[in-house]
Amino acid sequence: MEDLNWIYTENVKDHFINPRNVLEDLDSYDHDGYGKTGNVKCGDEMLFVIKVDSEKQIITDCKWKTYGCASAIATTSKLSELVIGLSLEKAYKISPKEIVKELGGLPENKIHCSVMGDKALKAAIEDYYRRNNMEDKIKKEETRIICECMNVSEHEIENAVLEGARNYLRVQELTKAGTVCGECKDEVIKVMNKYLRLHFNYPL
Amino acid sequence: MEKRQIYLDYNATTPLHPEVKKEIIEKMDVFGNPSSMHSYGRTARENVETARNTIASFIGATPKEIIFVGSGSEANNSVLSLLTCQLKKCNVRGFAKPRIITTSIEHPCILETCECLSVSAIDAEYLKTDEFGKININELEEKLADKPLLVSIMMANNEIGTIQDIKKFAEITHEKGAFFHTDAVQAVGKIPVDVNELGVDFLTLSAHKIYGPKGIGALYVKTGTPFCPLIRGGHQERDRRAGTENTLGIVGFAKAVEMRKIEMEEETERLLKLKTVLKEGIKTNIPDIRFIGHPTESIPGTLNVSFMGVEGEAIMLHLDLAGIAVSTGSACSSGSLGPSHVILATGISEEFANGSIRISMGRETTPEDIEYTIDSFARIIPKLRKISSRY
Repeated sequence: MEDLNWIYTENVKDHFINPRNVLEDLDSYDHDGYGKTGNVKCGDEMLFVIKVDSEKQIITDCKWKTYGCASAIATTSKLSELVIGLSLEKAYKISPKEIVKELGGLPENKIHCSVMGDKALKAAIEDYYRRNNMEDKIKKEETRIICECMNVSEHEIENAVLEGARNYLRVQELTKAGTVCGECKDEVIKVMNKYLRLHFNYPL
Repeated sequence: MEKRQIYLDYNATTPLHPEVKKEIIEKMDVFGNPSSMHSYGRTARENVETARNTIASFIGATPKEIIFVGSGSEANNSVLSLLTCQLKKCNVRGFAKPRIITTSIEHPCILETCECLSVSAIDAEYLKTDEFGKININELEEKLADKPLLVSIMMANNEIGTIQDIKKFAEITHEKGAFFHTDAVQAVGKIPVDVNELGVDFLTLSAHKIYGPKGIGALYVKTGTPFCPLIRGGHQERDRRAGTENTLGIVGFAKAVEMRKIEMEEETERLLKLKTVLKEGIKTNIPDIRFIGHPTESIPGTLNVSFMGVEGEAIMLHLDLAGIAVSTGSACSSGSLGPSHVILATGISEEFANGSIRISMGRETTPEDIEYTIDSFARIIPKLRKISSRY
């Protein structure tokens, strides 16, 4: 009976209980790229290392470690399965949505865990590019400032959406965007809607 | 080891005591409105008033000082909200913007109400705690100079179990002419609570934390203390709480209290022993842990422990798969952005707070349960640490 009541899908549960490709020991794992993201305050941190076939530009193996909840663990585990054998280019483009889909869905308030996994992988790939003088392949992340008064970036608004903000007021509460002159209101809403669509398929 | 089903979340809620269940079933057909004058009403009224006597005498109050409410949260909301009443007949005092002193470790029903009322109706100040979750009396004394109208401090904390020195706090509060409220939801029925001994003006209690039914609580209001109802528009509860009485809830509440009277002392001794075993078992089997809360001044069945390098929700869900029900103060499960405000208030780092697990035992907890729980921790924690980037 307790299985029926589990808040996660069977797939998430499986990866949580039997995580794949866990990194045993960083020092003895010869890797070509290393990435680490997360925030211990929010309760998750993720480390991702990859081995790359330099000729074919394919990820031949990867390992990970995660400090976090069941979704964070399952997401990284699933991601590690997905990327082995994938070209760097394709792996670099894996979206949180794809990971969530592969897992058969995650509770809405856990979506940010999947974003973190994908960021750790991206960081590892970028590390590989840097080590191999391929910086031109690194995509510059948008760090556009949306609210000038409170210096709030697009990224922070995205995070607010991932943390559960579904309207302008809540985004304001979480980021302080638009709480001074209010000039940026329309832009904040635009950015908020963009990420609501991207992460949650909101019909907007 | 054979899988068991073990409930270790008694601070969240408790199963009905078999005697309570029996009593409620027996009274199931008492349907009359206690406010009606006919025989149906009178029967219901008699049940309600007998229950009121039982509960009042359990905490040393008179029956007239007990108001039945829908929950502990409602009782707490009532106390805070009544401060803002300007009506003459309520006699609150009519301060334009009364000040209230409370603590940073209260239940959200106090903290969020304070936050809401602070927008325009009250000024709220929050006392800090030491590393054990104890409120410092000197800080309260200092803040009392600001002439608050009310001081509200919980008697025992739901997350870490720490018990406060309510008697002393009430005493110095009264010296400065303010009212004193204590949320004793986690204390009543677990440790001795006597309103006269404590000297409080308001005290909150709840049935479902002590093997009674959900949806019924009570507020003690000392005779002569001003009052303004939160739910208005009816003469029930001597004009202090409108709405037809929850007769069955009230009857169950009283039965639960009656059973506490009989069982509390023995159970306390038993739970303290189990807690020692649990604590020692965890300590011996798992390195890099930290117990949160006061080592001795704590409610008997509650133990809060944090495991370095692992996140609480992951622990909780692994325990759930092993058949053990506990709760966690981690950010992931709190529904808010950060880990438990109570644990952070004790000065513990966010990382440690995110790895905290609350084990709360009760009358059905056995030594075998605790043994199984220790074994489960010893199996799960290393497993999670092995895959953790923080250990």
